[in-house]
Amino acid sequence: MARNDGEAGMTLVVKTVTRLTVGLIFLYGIYIVLNGHLSPGGGFAGGVIIALSFINLFLAFGAKKTFEIIRKDAVTALESVGAVLFLGIALLGFIDGGFFSNFLPQGELFSLVSGGAIPLSNIAICIKVGAGIFGMFLALVAFRGSEREGK
Amino acid sequence: MAGEYIPLLVAVPLAGAFFCALAARKSGVLADTIGTLIVALVLALSIYAVVSPPSTHAVGGWPAPLGILLVMDGLASLMLLVVSLVAFLVMIYSLSYMNAYSGRWQFHTLFLLMLAGMNGVVITGDLFNLFVFLEVASLASYALVAFGTGKHELEAAFKYAVMGSLGSLLLLLGIAFLYGYTGTLNMAHMAERLGELGVAPITVAALVLLLSGFALKAAIVPFHSWLPDAHPSAPAPISAMLSGVLIKSLGVYTIARLVFNVYGASPDLLNLLLVLGAVSMGIGVILALRQWDMKRLLAYHSVSQVGYMILGFGLGSPLGILGGLFHLFNHSIFKSLLFLNSGALEQATGTRNLKEMGGLSGRMPTTSWTTLSASMSISGVPPFSGFWSKLIIVMACVEQGRWFYGAWAILVSVLTLASFLKVTKFAFLGKLGKGFENVREVPWPMRFGMVVLALLCIVGGLMLVPEVKEMVLTPAVRVLDHGILTLGEVVRL
Repeated sequence: MARNDGEAGMTLVVKTVTRLTVGLIFLYGIYIVLNGHLSPGGGFAGGVIIALSFINLFLAFGAKKTFEIIRKDAVTALESVGAVLFLGIALLGFIDGGFFSNFLPQGELFSLVSGGAIPLSNIAICIKVGAGIFGMFLALVAFRGSEREGK
Repeated sequence: MAGEYIPLLVAVPLAGAFFCALAARKSGVLADTIGTLIVALVLALSIYAVVSPPSTHAVGGWPAPLGILLVMDGLASLMLLVVSLVAFLVMIYSLSYMNAYSGRWQFHTLFLLMLAGMNGVVITGDLFNLFVFLEVASLASYALVAFGTGKHELEAAFKYAVMGSLGSLLLLLGIAFLYGYTGTLNMAHMAERLGELGVAPITVAALVLLLSGFALKAAIVPFHSWLPDAHPSAPAPISAMLSGVLIKSLGVYTIARLVFNVYGASPDLLNLLLVLGAVSMGIGVILALRQWDMKRLLAYHSVSQVGYMILGFGLGSPLGILGGLFHLFNHSIFKSLLFLNSGALEQATGTRNLKEMGGLSGRMPTTSWTTLSASMSISGVPPFSGFWSKLIIVMACVEQGRWFYGAWAILVSVLTLASFLKVTKFAFLGKLGKGFENVREVPWPMRFGMVVLALLCIVGGLMLVPEVKEMVLTPAVRVLDHGILTLGEVVRL
């Protein structure tokens, strides 16, 4: 791996490209999540894309820069929070009918704010999946790091 | 609708798992408390399920063949009672036992996830949903087997994960075949459609795939090779959960559902179960006889005892099914107790090798008598619980004139007794082993779990008292004996 002198991460070319694209990738993930109930995609797909933007950042700029944006324990906490939120929305369905019932007004078909509790569930899934995938990446990186130190 | 509480049986442990993970940041004691309270709540819900009449719940308000239907019938409530009872006692035991390990909150999280998965498998009426929960429970169990992160644990967990994933793959393929043929995933609706469409090569293929997959999860011979590695490698409370309830809710229960409630019990299918059960019983116990590692010995006995349950189901008569289900209940009690005992012995003496132990009955009286009661129960010595369930299975064999299977069950029981006399002799009787002068009895949370389970072994025969039997066992027998219910009948439960 070609390294930039003295700085963590990859070369200037990679860093510049990443700086330009990473925000777009992140926004695209959010777009996929928010339109999950209208078009293909949803919480899982959007969550993966958001996690990829962070992984991109990590690969290009190194661990230190990335952890300035999001701390490591925040990632694991967010994972649990996402799951609890999703389950909470499912349990709130008991207000109207039962488990997983759509308890919010459904709104106008094909408008962004519609679908009742579905977009909220998508957001919860996005938090869970995004944090989960980035957390897995971090765990594997830490494992490789410790392996290299062992040698 | 009366079944509003049913989803809570999955939602509560699932929420508990993630709350444990969050709470562990603040304090470990908080995570312990949450874990124990959650399991106690699940136990309370299961007891409520047993005493209340059967009911169903349509998830999200979607009616049955379209949406997922959760079904709480007699069989489901019996399984829930077994799972949550063992889980509760194991949880209390592990409060003290898991002090030897780091990362206790991860243990609680995985434990509760596994519990949520098992409960989900039991209450769902949808075949694909069953697969999802089965995977949740399996994945949690792979991680739990590797919990010690030593060389042997990782190797066993890897083997378990490969074999388990292979089983899941077979199941997924079988479910896909059935879905393609019947156009539905609801089990009752699927049974109805199978009746209308009749037998075709693809339904037979699906049956073979599903039976192989579930038999792999239940560790029936010849699909048992992963179990003697995986179960001993896990921490003792997890071995107790895996051998005590996981193989039953993921394997035995699902086989019973598939054979009796989806396909309908044909004579050929029942004969297949009889043979599988008998082979499992024999090979399991013969392999167990020559083990010196206590946990490995217990693991082989799980293979053998699962054979008894399958044999009971294979008889197909109400008495046989009763025997199979009652043995399932008893086995989950005494086998989890035996694994907890082995954990206590290992913690006190630092070894699992029976040859190195000896004379521990004076040093560890509680562990000694609880092990003895569980050993007598698994060997079918009256009046312990295992005797009654084995008696019913043998009686059911005789009732049908299947003398060979009855004699086989008795022979296997004698071999089991021989194997457990070995455990008692080498671990507890004789001269005190070298270096064990300072061995102490284990702390009270561990003793509490063991004593309650041992008492259940002793009084387990009372399950056959008509009032208790009518409430717990008979509804479950009726579900299987009735065979196929149409979707309409299930929804009206």
